[in-house]
Amino acid sequence: MPDYSSLDILRRSATTEQPPVIRSNKQEVAKLIDVSKCIGCKACQVACQEWNDIRGDVGTNIGVYDNPTDLGAKTWTLMRFTEYENTGGELEWLIRKDGCMHCSDPGCLKACPAPGAIVQYTNGIVDFNEEACIGCGYCIKGCPFNIPRVSVEDRKAYKCTLCSDRVAVGQAPACAKTCPTGAIMFGSKEAMIEQANERIVDLKSRGFDHAGLYDPAGVGGTHVMYVLHHADKPTLYANLPENPRISPLVQFWKGGFKIFGLATLALATVGGFFHYVTAGPNEVDAAEETEAAREAEKGGK
Amino acid sequence: MTNLWMDIKHADVIIQMGGNSAEAHPCGFKWVVEAKAHNNARLIVVDPRFTRTASVADVYCPIRPGSDITFMNAVTRYLLENDKIQHEYVKSYTNAAFVVREGYGFEDGLFSGYDENKRDYDRSTWEYEIGPDGFAVVDPTLQHPRSVMQLLRKHMDPYTPEMVERVCGSPKAKFLQICEMIASTSSPERVMTSLYALGWTHHSKGSQNIRSMTIVQMLLGNMGMLGGGMNALRGHSNIQGLTDIGLMSNLLPGYMTLPSDKEKTLSSYMSTKQFKPLRPGQTSYWQNYNKFFISFQKAMFGTAATVENDFAYDWLPKLDLPTYDVMRAFEMASEGKINGYVIQGFNPLLSFPNRAKMTDAFSKLKFVVVMDPLQTETARFWQNHGDFNPVDPKAIQTEVFELPTTCFAEDEGSLSNSSRWLQWHWPAQDAPAEARSDIDIMAGIHLRLKAMYRKEGGAFPDAILNLNWAYEIADSPRPDEVARELNGYTVTEVKDANGMVLPAGRQLDGFSQLRDDGSTACGCWVYSGCFTERGNQMARRDNTDPGDRGIAPNWAWAWPANRRVLYNRASCDLQGRPWSEKKKLIEWNGSKWVGFDVPDYGPTVAPDKGVMPFIMNPEGVARLWTRGLMRDGPFPAHYEPFESPVANAFSPKIRGNPASRIFKNDLAQLGTSEQYPMVATSYRLTEHFHSWSKHALVNAILQPEFFVEISEQLAAEKGIQPGGWVRVWSARGELKAKAVVTKRIRPLMCDGRAVHVVGIPYHYGFMGRTKKGFGPNSLTPVVGDANTETPEFKAWLVNIERSTAPVDAIA
Repeated sequence: MPDYSSLDILRRSATTEQPPVIRSNKQEVAKLIDVSKCIGCKACQVACQEWNDIRGDVGTNIGVYDNPTDLGAKTWTLMRFTEYENTGGELEWLIRKDGCMHCSDPGCLKACPAPGAIVQYTNGIVDFNEEACIGCGYCIKGCPFNIPRVSVEDRKAYKCTLCSDRVAVGQAPACAKTCPTGAIMFGSKEAMIEQANERIVDLKSRGFDHAGLYDPAGVGGTHVMYVLHHADKPTLYANLPENPRISPLVQFWKGGFKIFGLATLALATVGGFFHYVTAGPNEVDAAEETEAAREAEKGGK
Repeated sequence: MTNLWMDIKHADVIIQMGGNSAEAHPCGFKWVVEAKAHNNARLIVVDPRFTRTASVADVYCPIRPGSDITFMNAVTRYLLENDKIQHEYVKSYTNAAFVVREGYGFEDGLFSGYDENKRDYDRSTWEYEIGPDGFAVVDPTLQHPRSVMQLLRKHMDPYTPEMVERVCGSPKAKFLQICEMIASTSSPERVMTSLYALGWTHHSKGSQNIRSMTIVQMLLGNMGMLGGGMNALRGHSNIQGLTDIGLMSNLLPGYMTLPSDKEKTLSSYMSTKQFKPLRPGQTSYWQNYNKFFISFQKAMFGTAATVENDFAYDWLPKLDLPTYDVMRAFEMASEGKINGYVIQGFNPLLSFPNRAKMTDAFSKLKFVVVMDPLQTETARFWQNHGDFNPVDPKAIQTEVFELPTTCFAEDEGSLSNSSRWLQWHWPAQDAPAEARSDIDIMAGIHLRLKAMYRKEGGAFPDAILNLNWAYEIADSPRPDEVARELNGYTVTEVKDANGMVLPAGRQLDGFSQLRDDGSTACGCWVYSGCFTERGNQMARRDNTDPGDRGIAPNWAWAWPANRRVLYNRASCDLQGRPWSEKKKLIEWNGSKWVGFDVPDYGPTVAPDKGVMPFIMNPEGVARLWTRGLMRDGPFPAHYEPFESPVANAFSPKIRGNPASRIFKNDLAQLGTSEQYPMVATSYRLTEHFHSWSKHALVNAILQPEFFVEISEQLAAEKGIQPGGWVRVWSARGELKAKAVVTKRIRPLMCDGRAVHVVGIPYHYGFMGRTKKGFGPNSLTPVVGDANTETPEFKAWLVNIERSTAPVDAIA
């Protein structure tokens, strides 16, 4: 059993400081969701509600099985159901458990302006610290999977924690623990990829020629991965992005623009220094003082 | 289940028909997923709807509700036509070779002996021909024109793939693809398991639906095999226990029958229970019936049951009718013939057919007692909830008592699951407020009744006053005391088969120690062995599983005799060698039967003694032909549901199952396809458990509101929007629901016309945390299976239109 329970921090939002890391184990974890084994029973939704002590509202039926109908501050995971007629004219009911993908290159963390509100642990889990959250919602913009939601009650952003509190004590996430068919598995990323490969062989033997693993490179890979029957068409599964990337705006804002901004700041500092050295400090002369006093008096009347 | 949940992982082919286990049994379904992932199994789903089970199936085939027998009989025909049967098994282990008496026939949809007025058969022509030696005549060549095999061929002949397409609306190509997959298991190396549930039982021919698959499983040699069998998936954690304990109006514990009022004496009762072997040298284990029965009487009446009083036979109730099933009970209540009703752990207002009739019947009762952990709709049948329960409380005089009970997690005891395991459990928390366990409530009622009888006498006090009540605390018997009683004990000293003396007051090891002389007592013979001198076997928690057979013999305890796979002797050939080494369960080692499971056979009976594997049957073999044991025919025949969109294609004059009972008023309330052109079917959703879980917030969040499911085509035809309101009505009532418009239900082409299906989930009512809604029983007809009286909840007729939202009462 690899040790991936360490919650040592790899990255922190809006800060460059590197927290001390004395442990050398950098074992990455992953949750593998085998869509071909999933029966859409929503036990994962129950486990998530119970472990995290969150309850959404009792909604209404809007003509589909998806309930609640969207992710929310109190709904961190949900099943999305898609009816798909395949090229052979056969019906498929594709059921995907939606929730945070725990990207290796997390767009939310990149976009977040609040220091320490979003962290990434060395095991790959991306976690929100609500006490540091300023409720700006930039994390939503930054997420290529449209996952985080800001609560209307406390204006803080929430999402799946991959049960970092459970993982920290050597337990699998609540959804993986409860899944009755073993469609949700949890372990080291390496072991999960191995497991996925075995499943893909089985799926190919059943005629799913394009079965494959969803571990998108555009976000540096993810710590929640899917086994898909149609890995060539991930959008079939309730619009799972084909090639997710962090929004160019965030990339620009936190990448190029940040460098530009820092460079501008640096230039201004350097310019100011040279101005000081060459022209000396800015000084106020007596005439200016008198003029200012007169203006102030006029304003007072 | 003949097999067990874990055993499903050994199946090569899994057929899910008459059930939706991914939806209704998601935890057990893990073994289907396991079979697919690690045994390369293929999953077949045949269902009117593309279900959650279908979503992970290898093949899905649609079928019109209520046409399953046509489909399965056609599979039998395919196997016979294409010679895809396990010959040795069929010849030796089934009654294929038995010769049927002269006079049997099947014509125009009726078997010989039909009496239209009684809606019943004289079943005497359905028996075997008995030879001069007193045994049934057999023809091992299977060629005798009256042999079961030849009758089977003839009976199945009309069920062609073309008829499947016409009657079931199932595409012929899909049907044949499925036949081929099923046929692959005629090889002894390959096995198919059949998983079914209420999708088969909720029909006016429910028992015959199951029979139609049983015949296929016998022809393929899949009974008694690892990864095979006929597996009824029970819908409630202890519903298996309910039937084992005999909580039916006509049963006693352990599948014994309650006497009828024609059986006035013990000897006349026993005369019909001799179970004389029908072939030489067969075991016919029911020959021990008298031992089971007398021991039961000793458990019930203790020292008051004596040889002199025929072991208190007279104190048992005697039936004047075949059954007092729920449909009859509420018919009687609606006629004012029943005054009160005690309801323990169910919610009949929502679960029995024809809600309007139920409300009417409840309103005529003088009193209703509801024992339940939750506030059920039944307990509030008198309360106005607008459209959801449109009653006038002022017009209802029924007195209702609600007795809050503990929930399963608040008490101790055993639950019997589908695998026939008795699993002991302990309370996880204390009962809230005034809630008491069902045992305590029943004990309290019993003791008060006893005291009243003692004081006041009454017409017939003996049966109550003499009931054995030997519990340490009379008004609170402990679950383990009851379990010990079910297991059985010696009343006086008993000598066992080896001459060993068992002292009085000793827990029995099993039912083989039962006696018919009053020296043993046993509350339920099939449970004997669950609580022995070695302690509570049901509390065992050792999951060691030798040979990875999924047997785990020391986990809890399975009836009978801790046997996990019934008929497992049939997993070996006549010489006692396993048909397949890979699928070995037991084998003959030269001196005894050894292996992974408890043999379903004499443990030291050598295979060459000629004792056949189905030791409970007087024939010793499995029954392709059921003699007179089924009320509606020795073979399954296709009958339409009582409300059907089409005429019976095989015998157009027959409506419904000719042997099903239907009351006059209910017959008058059947609708026709002209007024009600769509077929409705009911089912469960995985998010909810019966009408319980709607009281839990978490479940209410997951499926918050009642809906019906219809095809895109029907929605377009009727102008129904997804998520919009619809009204659905039948000849008996109406309901309003949200519409789920889906590709998963499609019109079926039957007899040249498109038949639309309306799917109606069960779960919603006017109590609890979900939005208020209705149950399918607002619409369903009051008619049931000819053998079990299980109501026809899976196929009836409705109409549908766009509507407005239902209106709740103003609070």
